[in-house]
Amino acid sequence: MGRTLAEKVWDDHVVRRAEGEPDLLFIDLHLLHEVTSPQAFDGLRANGRPVRRLDLTIATEDHNTPTIDIDKPIADPVSRAQLETLRKNCAEFGVRLHPLGDVEQGVVHVVGPQLGLTQPGTTVVCGDSHTSTHGAFGALAFGIGTSQVEHVLATQTLPLAPFKTMAITVDGELPDGVTAKDLILAIIARIGTGGGQGYVLEYRGSAIEKLSMEARMTICNMSIEAGARAGMIAPDRTTFDYLEGRAHAPKGADWDAAVAYWQTLKADEDAVFDAEVVIDATELSPFVTWGTNPGQGAPLSASVPDPASYEDASERLAAEKALEYMGLTAGQPLRAIDVDTVFVGSCTNGRIEDLRSAASILEGRKVADGVRMLVVPGSVRVALQAVEEGLDKVFTTAGAEWRHAGCSMCLGMNPDQLAPGERSASTSNRNFEGRQGKGGRTHLVSPQVAAATAVLGHLASPADLTDARTPAGV
Amino acid sequence: MEAFTTHTGRAVPLRRSNVDTDQIIPAHWLKKVTRDGFEDGLFEAWRKDPSFVLNKPERQGASVLVAGPDFGTGSSREHAVWALQNYGFKTVISSRFADIFRGNSLKNGLLTVVLDQKVVDALWELTENDPNAEITVDLKDRQVRAEGVTADFELDENARWRLLNGLDDISITLQNEPDIAAYEAKRPSYKPSTSLV
Repeated sequence: MGRTLAEKVWDDHVVRRAEGEPDLLFIDLHLLHEVTSPQAFDGLRANGRPVRRLDLTIATEDHNTPTIDIDKPIADPVSRAQLETLRKNCAEFGVRLHPLGDVEQGVVHVVGPQLGLTQPGTTVVCGDSHTSTHGAFGALAFGIGTSQVEHVLATQTLPLAPFKTMAITVDGELPDGVTAKDLILAIIARIGTGGGQGYVLEYRGSAIEKLSMEARMTICNMSIEAGARAGMIAPDRTTFDYLEGRAHAPKGADWDAAVAYWQTLKADEDAVFDAEVVIDATELSPFVTWGTNPGQGAPLSASVPDPASYEDASERLAAEKALEYMGLTAGQPLRAIDVDTVFVGSCTNGRIEDLRSAASILEGRKVADGVRMLVVPGSVRVALQAVEEGLDKVFTTAGAEWRHAGCSMCLGMNPDQLAPGERSASTSNRNFEGRQGKGGRTHLVSPQVAAATAVLGHLASPADLTDARTPAGV
Repeated sequence: MEAFTTHTGRAVPLRRSNVDTDQIIPAHWLKKVTRDGFEDGLFEAWRKDPSFVLNKPERQGASVLVAGPDFGTGSSREHAVWALQNYGFKTVISSRFADIFRGNSLKNGLLTVVLDQKVVDALWELTENDPNAEITVDLKDRQVRAEGVTADFELDENARWRLLNGLDDISITLQNEPDIAAYEAKRPSYKPSTSLV
């Protein structure tokens, strides 16, 4: 019987298979950051174990790092201690680290792909749920807990329970102004935050094939928000072109051998999926969330739903609690929701294409009075590229704040946070209660919607901008 | 890891679905570099409300959390499991857990038990009406017992064996070190390496 993409990659990594035991899988790439690794290194130390494969391990600093005054000591002593702990652990065990201030520093899921480390047909893990991002390359990539971080450091393997497969086929062309972010938010709203539970999602179809690598990363990134173990997209010419010439991509004969292997990485014609979902791309429009989980979303043209319209009692209760927390009333048009803050960044939408599309809307326009807009590039490399293209000037001229790379307001572990009651339009991935700061209210949006929202001061898409732009240079 | 065989205790009924790990332990607690001291961060935002179930005097000392569906969604932070354990929970019952949270819990000896929502409803009703009602979670027999409720649950044999014996995954894997070395020896040269070129 034919196999799915996920099954092929899984099978190629089985180190040991025995009756009554979970398969033991080899891990090709282990990414580390400061938050989920300290207790894992402690475990190694307590048992006198080394890191088995330093050549498959790399660390960076992202969750805690400040996005202003990065040349000064970090003000929060607890954040500083956590970064210092990572530096000490990496030095002691010999792990390659890109710390704050280094040119390769950035959000771990932006750094791996841009270095060419994330490759088709590999297994990628990190103590961070958004590791699913790397599935965009046809890698089997998933987030793990700290016990598993320690396990991979010590053994370069993981015992893993079997998964189910779900095909998500998106056919047709995405309408103008509809992005990968809108698509994945619509998928999550359709299948629910638990809908992908136990599954590896395989995104396919003509709309997926047309997406750039960066857009594919946005899709796979949010697979976890549907509860999935991982999300994957079969590698193709777009993937190979993205990788060729990157620092850690294969070279010479290795490149040819790699591409030959990568071309085998797609679901067989007769592969059977445990579940299938079909989405018509042509019916989609800009999509935003109104609630406190990523499944609570709706087209921007819609209104806040009435909790009474939910048949399921627990969904109804969840919607009631969400509206109370979000300070919204049923029936209120989503476009009528005013925001205080706009955040562009994160492992979901902090790459160069995201900054370009936000800048293209802000160019010649101003951020509305009373709105604070933060633009946080996903990595130092992304920031340098943006500066080279003059995007930083577009943002600052419009009145936005141009910051240094990191996770920033996506989860507010550093000083970039919402104040209680403040409301944001955010290109990040989670609208959980308090995610961006205690009492903060988050609406998940695409970079385009974020930029249009910044200009108008309420949730909006670029199509709502009817103003004349100030010509460049004025 | 502490072994889990059977546990009997009073319960906290948590009638909420989609309790994500940001609610279980907010991000600012994740700056700690130890595995303990997370108990005060557990459900931190909700605990500011005196009427939150965990704050009720009759729930003090309870060790069984009966949660709504999709418990533990979101971030992979194992701190969520440590916070529940640091607070004193030994087991969590729900009709559906997020995958990463479930994996983390079983690796730390916090038994996550999946039961039908109907049974969870019955346990909610029982423990809301009688805060002193006890729930027994028996891993040997894979059964949950409380007044008027007897429900079998599933857990794969391997995970059950590790929990019953309190076995550490890494030492088990390292017993198969020759298998790892054999796999490494045949791994293609085009696979990525983080070594600086």
